[in-house]
Amino acid sequence: MRFTKDHEWVEVDGDVATVGITAYAAEQLGDVVFVETPDVGKAVKAGDGFAVVESVKAASDVYAPVSGEVVEANGALGDAPETVNAAPEAAGWFAKVKLANPSELDALMDRPAYEAYLQTL
Amino acid sequence: MAEAATDSHEQGAPLKKTPLYAAHIARGGKLVPFAGYELPVQYAEGVLKEHLWTREHAGLFDVSHMGQGRLRGVAPLAAFEEVVPGDFIGLKPGKQKYSVLLNRTGGIIDDLMASRPDDDGLFVVVNGACKENDFKVIDAELAGQVTIERYEDRALVALQGPEAAAVLAAHAPEVAQMVFMDTRWVKAFGEELIVSRSGYTGEDGFEISIPGHAAERIWNTLLEDERVKPIGLGARDSLRLEAGLPLYGHDLDETVSPVEAGLTFAINKNRREQRDFPGAARIAKELAEGPARKCVALKVLEGAPAREGAEISDETGAVIGIVTSGGYSPVLKCGIAIGFAPPSACEPGGKLNVIVRGKTQACEVVKLPFVPHRYVRKVGG
Repeated sequence: MRFTKDHEWVEVDGDVATVGITAYAAEQLGDVVFVETPDVGKAVKAGDGFAVVESVKAASDVYAPVSGEVVEANGALGDAPETVNAAPEAAGWFAKVKLANPSELDALMDRPAYEAYLQTL
Repeated sequence: MAEAATDSHEQGAPLKKTPLYAAHIARGGKLVPFAGYELPVQYAEGVLKEHLWTREHAGLFDVSHMGQGRLRGVAPLAAFEEVVPGDFIGLKPGKQKYSVLLNRTGGIIDDLMASRPDDDGLFVVVNGACKENDFKVIDAELAGQVTIERYEDRALVALQGPEAAAVLAAHAPEVAQMVFMDTRWVKAFGEELIVSRSGYTGEDGFEISIPGHAAERIWNTLLEDERVKPIGLGARDSLRLEAGLPLYGHDLDETVSPVEAGLTFAINKNRREQRDFPGAARIAKELAEGPARKCVALKVLEGAPAREGAEISDETGAVIGIVTSGGYSPVLKCGIAIGFAPPSACEPGGKLNVIVRGKTQACEVVKLPFVPHRYVRKVGG
């Protein structure tokens, strides 16, 4: 798993990256009450807002950590947005993206680097 | 991931602390700037649980940022009527009344509570973000008629929820005899408190004005009761929205009249006939003919919660209004919003849409409040 400074995670299987928000992000957000996932087929660019997660008090953008085409969205979050809090780095994934440029992954942090980064916040 | 700004206030001035600042830190409060103060938006359990706890048990809120003051004069009640549309000459000792401070065009400068805990003029509580201007306006408009004493050394806390009365009565038995909008001095915790049976959550509860030096001790004593938890600004906002209570700076501003805002109950009959308050001509016309826009309550039937600034459209797709407060209702488990639209579109049962991030989402027009009020209007009732 690799991480962004905006607290998204990516797990790559072949040329498809599963994307979600980190446990730290879920904790900061508080109880998630609504998730808007991207449409399948949508082309996303690394750094663009591609999903929205809402707590009682606010809506927050989730940025695409990598560029590519959305090949699957986590439809289960529609009825159970609380999954993002319960299992942010597993069942609470947002979408799967077919990588357009796998070298983008090199710019992301590994877990020790992300955890060191969290210590600076 | 990035969170949208949820609150905008004047930048620059250093943030103030309420007498409960240390208590918030000690209990894990997440402090944010609000109305010029550092106040907890939530504690460790988060907004959703704090909201539901208040609806089921009792929540304790620090609202010390609000402006407290005393108006005194030869005829302070009559004088106060020059800046508000309510019947204050008829306000009896021991009672509190909600009102709005009006500008000369009938727009709302602030909404407020004014009460008579005793025979010493009027005790007023105004919004924190507006308080400097409010007291300036009152001082200027009522110059020579009233003097204002600001209670800047007093804290204000709200204890709200179905168990609030039992909790407070354990320390001050006399509060059990109070009903909604009663107010009085109460000696409890070794201090002289001004207690009103009111609040801004839709629940039964109390607002308690406390000498600042005793605030932290009383706060902690109330929290020793397992029915009570501290509640932050996040849940305060979602609770008041479910209760359909307007928030100044969002649903109310200097362009909005009390008729447009659905606050006609605050314009008493005798005052309507006298037409002797600021902006009376506009307000009388709106009462007679209906306002150009009106507060509308929407239940979002599908999709994301609509937040402040979202457009409201009708069934033809035409944009006819805007959301001024919106969010997720923990009780109804859907998006709820209040906004302004032409009165013809505001009839409960009607269909409207909200536009959220470019998506048109169906809404039902409903009657406020979204969640029923549970005020105690008679003792034992």
